[in-house]
Amino acid sequence: MSFEIIKRDTNIDFVGMRKYAYVLSAVLLLTGFLSLLVKGGPQYGIDFAGGFNVQVKFSQSVELDKIRMALDSPALTGLVVQDFGDAGDHEVLLRASFSEQTANQVREAVNTGLESAFPGVTHEIQRLEMVGPKVGADLREKALEAIFYAVLLIATYISGRFEQKWMVAGLMAAGLASVVYVLDFLNAPTSLSVIVATVAALVLCVVLRLKYALGAIVALIHDVMIPLGLFSLLNKDVDLTIIAALLTIVGYSLNDTIIIYDRIRENIRAKVSPSLDVVINKSVNQTMSRTLITAGTTFVAVFSLYVFGGGVIHDFALTMLVGVVAGTYSSVFVGAPILAFFKPRIDVDEHPAPATA
Amino acid sequence: MGSLRWRALLAAFVIFLALIHVLPSIPSVRNSSLGALLPSDEIGLGLDLKGGIHLTLGVDLDAALGNAITSIGQDLRLEAREKKIPVLRPRLLDSRRLEFTLLKQEQKTELDALLAARFGSMEIISTEDGGNGQLRYVLGATPEYVKYLQDLTMDQALKTIRNRIDQFGVAEPDIRKQQGNRIIVQLPGLDDPKRAINIIGRTAHLEFKLVDDAADVQAAVAGTVPAESELAYLQDKRGASEVKTPIVLKSEVVLTGEYITDANVQFDSYGQAYVGMNFNARGARIFEEVTGANIKKRLAIVLDGTVHSAPVIQDRIGGGRASITGQFTTEEAHDLAVVLRAGSLPAPVNILEERSVGPSLGQESIDKGMMAALIGGLMVVVFMSIYYRRAGLIAAFEIILDICLILAGLVAFGATLTLPGIAGIILTLGMAVDANVLIYERIREELRHGESVAAAINNGFSRATQTIVDSNVTTIIAAVILYQFGTGPVRGFAVTLTLGILASMFTAIFVSRIFFDSWLARRQPGTQPSI
Repeated sequence: MSFEIIKRDTNIDFVGMRKYAYVLSAVLLLTGFLSLLVKGGPQYGIDFAGGFNVQVKFSQSVELDKIRMALDSPALTGLVVQDFGDAGDHEVLLRASFSEQTANQVREAVNTGLESAFPGVTHEIQRLEMVGPKVGADLREKALEAIFYAVLLIATYISGRFEQKWMVAGLMAAGLASVVYVLDFLNAPTSLSVIVATVAALVLCVVLRLKYALGAIVALIHDVMIPLGLFSLLNKDVDLTIIAALLTIVGYSLNDTIIIYDRIRENIRAKVSPSLDVVINKSVNQTMSRTLITAGTTFVAVFSLYVFGGGVIHDFALTMLVGVVAGTYSSVFVGAPILAFFKPRIDVDEHPAPATA
Repeated sequence: MGSLRWRALLAAFVIFLALIHVLPSIPSVRNSSLGALLPSDEIGLGLDLKGGIHLTLGVDLDAALGNAITSIGQDLRLEAREKKIPVLRPRLLDSRRLEFTLLKQEQKTELDALLAARFGSMEIISTEDGGNGQLRYVLGATPEYVKYLQDLTMDQALKTIRNRIDQFGVAEPDIRKQQGNRIIVQLPGLDDPKRAINIIGRTAHLEFKLVDDAADVQAAVAGTVPAESELAYLQDKRGASEVKTPIVLKSEVVLTGEYITDANVQFDSYGQAYVGMNFNARGARIFEEVTGANIKKRLAIVLDGTVHSAPVIQDRIGGGRASITGQFTTEEAHDLAVVLRAGSLPAPVNILEERSVGPSLGQESIDKGMMAALIGGLMVVVFMSIYYRRAGLIAAFEIILDICLILAGLVAFGATLTLPGIAGIILTLGMAVDANVLIYERIREELRHGESVAAAINNGFSRATQTIVDSNVTTIIAAVILYQFGTGPVRGFAVTLTLGILASMFTAIFVSRIFFDSWLARRQPGTQPSI
């Protein structure tokens, strides 16, 4: 017979373990949240804050302190010098989160500074990025909007698809859209709108009893907050590619959650058991092989990207790695057990009068 | 069995189409005899892989509006004077409002009629008593006019920048208007960003003004500039250092760069480069008149506010030729000729964002990305074939097919491959097996429940398909939103991710089924599938 990761009669009590899972999640989220709070929000990269990045490759290894001294000029105030890429590459990243200089002035200042300080060493500016503050602010707004619309659309889709509540889901979407419209009208900052709208989405899910959407949104917030918190702890910059990674995690995590939900719905229809806890446990166990295999292969692929993909893609790959682990964990331990939250009404909800079919 | 044959044919056709699109991107195939038969489209590489420059430019629309309204003010004064309505001091209040004084209050009706008839782009905001029988007017540009002028300015700026880049000679530039006042310029493969920016961002506003020789330069520097004159600086390069000499010019512009038909690099008898210009007929006539009327006076050539030279006019100059000298290097003279030929920008342009990637870094990113994809893919393939045996081999084959389909999709839609795009492919490598895993696990389950082999395969596919579709829709939603809100490389990622999901759904649901059905058709009774 073929290989099996999970023995066929495995029956782990995931619903029973949910209290431990909630504690673990709470600790992880709180740590990240505290770090964010202490540091005053995410540390934005130049895409969102404005400033410049210059990636320089030297022909031989050069001490960072010497570079710092060489580049101590008014054109490059607030410069951070750090190693970049693999050790043998002799690459450094120069970055500053604020700059009144044009890209050409920065380029000039770096070139002249390095030429005079390291006469025998050639250097090459491999990459230079300069983002003005206005563009940075626009990109930040866009990124927040992107995350918000992703959550909105996905919540609508899940409610419609899983509970046939397209009308209710549509109402929720309209409600959220009007909340955002009003906030926009009042010139509220986009970050505030997103937070308010997300909270509103959660409240609406509870009020409208959209339990699948609630579970999915909670899992989703969970999976986005964990990498964000980790980045804050590691003092890493959040930039456009990180947002792309976060949105991919959103997709991946939901993918996982929905596969388990699909099975729960199927088992409820098949009347596997009158107890929702048993149904949830059984469904999670049934899909466990698939969950582990897919998470495993995805992890392996992204890990390969993390190790071999080079410095430019490093943080992107790291976000994905954390996201895959968090996403898999949250589908099993957060997204599925949260359905049990609505236990008292589950039978009424799931067995509508057959006449409507 | 007919259906199986048709499905196999369809799959083969799709694979054939994919190969046709992908093969030309492999250099050894493109240069072979086979390459001549294939379409010539290759995979477009994003700037982060190819190297090149991405610029976001902000056009200063307020400045353009201010200029337009200032000249409306001048026209207004001239037209009013012709109608014997004396009007004083038209002055710009801000970029949208113009202020002037009507000398005789009793002419208000006449002036209002003139304004209504000839200056529909402005509306009267207020009039107030200026004392001495004068009336102070404030006009504001109408919203329609503001909109019209902004659109016009953007179109002109876009056209000028496009002209300049065309003359600069960049392959496949991408120049695009964005929302608001922004223009995006992408120059792939270009590795001298400094020079490109100097060409693109230069306003290139060329003016000829007479030098006010009667004025006291020292007094002007101290702050006392005669009326109708202005202080400027003559730029003179001596070796590496630049010397700026103050000079007083008459404010009136005698000729502008808009009459230039051609500009090119020429060399004087010392081998020094300078820029020669030709004027069109109208410009030539004006130039001839001006030079004829001002012999022995100095004529300053002002480019973007800097005086490049101020030669003494020796004689009336006919034929419509002029030149700008100023110790240029050949490259500088060439770039100046380019901007003069392409015309001036209608408004100053600021660089809001610049991203440049050197070609060597791009190649390095491709190499590293390929390496990561190869190793990651290999590990996934090995795992799948051990875990699911023959069915795993099918999945492994499909992973390779997925990558082909993604790349073919990129070529077919003319989308570009970016570094995050490569990351998207690698992510797909991991996630692509998900659809296969869902189906295989389901078949295993059905077999365990004691279903017949054919029923297990059938149920496995049909039950898993719904789950696969449900779960992938969310990822596609995320990808579509990324595409909508993202820029450049992030968009590339969204496209590859979407293509990857579609490809993996096609291969897992459709192609796999062909393998399983053909196995079912050929199998000996009682054999179990290798899964």
